[in-house]
Amino acid sequence: MTIRRHRECVSNQTLAWLLGGLGLVMAPHALHVPLWLTATVIACGCLRYVLSRRGERLPGRTIRLLGVIAGTSAIYLSYGTILGLDAGVALLCLMASFKLLEMRTRRDVLVALLLGYFLIATHLIYAQTLLTVVYLLVTVWALTTLLITTQKADDGSRPLAHTRLAATMLAQALPIMVILFVLFPRVPGPLWSMPDDAYVAMTGLSDEMSPGSISEISQSDEVALRAEFAGDPPPRPQRYWRGPVLSDYDGRTWAQAGSSAAGPPEVLALTNATDYTITLEPHNKPWLLTLDIATGVDRAARFDAAHQLEQENPVRERIRYQARSVLQYQLGETLSGAARNHYTQLPDDAHPRSRELARTWRQEQTDDAELIEHGLGHFRREPFTYTLQPPRLDGDSIDEFLFGTRSGFCEHFAAAFTVLMRAAGIPARVVTGYLGGRMNPAGDYMIVRQSDAHAWVEVWLEGDGWRRVDPTGYVAPDRIEQGLAGALPQEALVPRGAFEGNGLRQHLSLRWDAINAYWNRWVLAYSPALQQHLMDRLNLGSWQRVALAIAASMALALAGLATLILRRSRQRPMDPAAAAWQRFCSRLARHGLHRRPDEGPRDFARRAAARWPTQADAIDAIAQRYGALRYGRRGGKQELRALHLAIRRLRLNS
Amino acid sequence: MLATPGKLIRGWMERRAHQGHSVALGYRQILILPTRGGLVFTAMVLAIWVGAVNYSNNMAFVLCFLLLGLALVAMIHTFRNLLGLQITAAYPEPVFAGGHAHVPVRIDNNALRPRYGIVLRAAANRPAVTKIPQLDSRSAMLPVATRHRGLHPLPVVVVESVFPGGLFRAWSRVALEATCAVYPKPETGRVPEPKSHASTGSERPTGQGDDEFTGLRPYQPADPLKRIAWRTLAQGQEIQTKQFAGETPDRVWLDYDTIQGLAPEARLSRLCRWILDAEQAGRPYGLALPGRRLAPATGPAHKERCLEALARFPD
Repeated sequence: MTIRRHRECVSNQTLAWLLGGLGLVMAPHALHVPLWLTATVIACGCLRYVLSRRGERLPGRTIRLLGVIAGTSAIYLSYGTILGLDAGVALLCLMASFKLLEMRTRRDVLVALLLGYFLIATHLIYAQTLLTVVYLLVTVWALTTLLITTQKADDGSRPLAHTRLAATMLAQALPIMVILFVLFPRVPGPLWSMPDDAYVAMTGLSDEMSPGSISEISQSDEVALRAEFAGDPPPRPQRYWRGPVLSDYDGRTWAQAGSSAAGPPEVLALTNATDYTITLEPHNKPWLLTLDIATGVDRAARFDAAHQLEQENPVRERIRYQARSVLQYQLGETLSGAARNHYTQLPDDAHPRSRELARTWRQEQTDDAELIEHGLGHFRREPFTYTLQPPRLDGDSIDEFLFGTRSGFCEHFAAAFTVLMRAAGIPARVVTGYLGGRMNPAGDYMIVRQSDAHAWVEVWLEGDGWRRVDPTGYVAPDRIEQGLAGALPQEALVPRGAFEGNGLRQHLSLRWDAINAYWNRWVLAYSPALQQHLMDRLNLGSWQRVALAIAASMALALAGLATLILRRSRQRPMDPAAAAWQRFCSRLARHGLHRRPDEGPRDFARRAAARWPTQADAIDAIAQRYGALRYGRRGGKQELRALHLAIRRLRLNS
Repeated sequence: MLATPGKLIRGWMERRAHQGHSVALGYRQILILPTRGGLVFTAMVLAIWVGAVNYSNNMAFVLCFLLLGLALVAMIHTFRNLLGLQITAAYPEPVFAGGHAHVPVRIDNNALRPRYGIVLRAAANRPAVTKIPQLDSRSAMLPVATRHRGLHPLPVVVVESVFPGGLFRAWSRVALEATCAVYPKPETGRVPEPKSHASTGSERPTGQGDDEFTGLRPYQPADPLKRIAWRTLAQGQEIQTKQFAGETPDRVWLDYDTIQGLAPEARLSRLCRWILDAEQAGRPYGLALPGRRLAPATGPAHKERCLEALARFPD
């Protein structure tokens, strides 16, 4: 009899695995929580292990309470709040680690494991790549193994005894996951207004531009968008991806113009259109990026007065849309007086030296087109340098840049040139977006990264409409021809993704991006809208039909799983020796001698021998044979045959 | 007559309890419901779902639905952990009222896989927990508190398991067909000596003592082992008891009717005490109950017969 009495706490060995599993879950968060928190979490884990190892008492209620108060205050000091995503995750990590210190019963272990599952979910807000899926599966597997090990009545087995069962269960859960992922109705979020930092993880262009803002996002290697072209992709110098147009200016910061009643300007196509499909990464802003000047898009979005494409809500999930653009065009025919005023507006007292320069240009050139050419030439004539690390501009940023530091990134050039043009009376505005993009041979699509972020200028030429000019190109022509890494090969801040090369590493990374692109296209882009589309295609338009479809497919899946899982529990055919013994017992029972349930073969044989003394030897032999076959080390066929024979030869007379 | 829903459910479950002295747990015998941990797990999955909606995070949806699937799969596995177990009970050793009867229960696992965390419980008593390897069996002595004298059926035995994951609890209530004899609780303190009975005189002269061998007579169940004629038994004859002449032992009749002024249960308790005292003193005693008489003798078998007669009284 090896029945164990109920014990509550986990063994030290299991505890070590438990701490390891929770550590695995929290590890990725170490990237964005403060260092002190990581240290605290590790310290709590180690402390718990050491205490249990030595068999010492866990810290008391008062100490734990003080710890929680101190930790929460520290989080408040670090983040300025205890609400919001980052602070919430930090708080969750802290609570999970304190939970380790009060983990006494099976229920406490369960709470710790559930916190672990939830922490996996919080990590997904920061990253959703394919690697994250691997992380998700591995951590869920680990936590489930621990759940099985710790949440059962007998705690005798090794911590890793159930890894296989956990893997099996995960595999069996996959069909249910797929069904629910596809069919379960997606509610368009958010359910309530989100904390301000809810979407901080999304990088991208801003609706404002001040010195330094573009060079900041340029240092990110993240993908901004991917584009598949129906025909040949445009040549590199024409890969201008148009984003927010900034025309409000306060002397330092460029911002989007407030909404105006004016409709979008007319676009006159001068060449054939280019068709393409964009997979846009979420950037938490309403605009959609297009290649240069778009003429149409298959999405509920509209062009504003500056021909900027915007949808109603911010892009908070990956979206896909088809668009058509022209690369040679005339944008706008006429400019109203109000618009002309708006696009030549400058703060009254700002940039005196720049205005002076523009005035001298205007005196020399009467023709706008020539003045623009002359202005652009200024950047080539003077010793300007293009760098990701421009010196700080503390005073009048434009004057200081044009006449002092003379080194800057694209936003410096675009801002300064727009100021100069406005000072010279030419309507001008800043356009931000991306310049460049690299074809991925592994997937036949173009990758545009945040490091391709760029700012350029549009100037108004009477009769010509808005024309794109890029002052950066006059300082660093390589930026346009070869991209950021070509223009700034020595700077350490240029992200790796901006480099092009043909090495194995580049090749693998492009392969990987291609796999990710498919992942994004088919899994991550599955939005409420796409689901609605699919439901319509499957003729599941009404919610009743959807409910029916979910119920039916879930029932089918569960029935299939139940059959699969329970089928294997069929009983093994009875041992032949046991079957023979059973026959023997029922024969005796027919003659009035019943084996009691708790009676072993030997005891029963003794009773039977007393009842039929003449057959005592035969009965004894049967019991001995059976015992040898069933419990002995050897059980040959001959023995079995002898048992059968002995039973058959038994003569009972009642 | 109104019954509360709880009573109705309990009654229904009682009726569902499977009968027999050996019961195999089939599909219809096993019930399953989420545990409190399972409900908390569901709440956590729901929280992940809300987060996924709020952040429009498809991977969080994946996690949420994966965990939901995991819980449903765990339910089937929990069910499977009990399915096919064979529960067999034996008669427990009799006990005195107020003591704990220990019911021997065996669980056979006839499947090719181990069963984990099988909990056996009778009434509200301390459960036994075990793992049963494949094609093996485990036995447990389930303690059952007794209160009243009598022949009681075994309480319903609950077999349950939360393995794997502790999210669901599968259980089966098994009403095993066996009875437990509960003797009266022996009266404590000073008790009056049993009164000599009028009939004692007539049985006195048989005069069988320990001194001199006088012959053999057929064996009676209560005869002491040392008096059995082993030699004749070894010769293949019937089992016989040796008789001796000598001092007549001081026999006593323990008579229900001679105890006055006590309630029936109290009388039985006193009889019980008398039996134990007489047995300890080695004094032959007979038991006289209304409608039943047991001839005077000594020895454990005689004691048990007398005590069982008390337990069965008035049958």
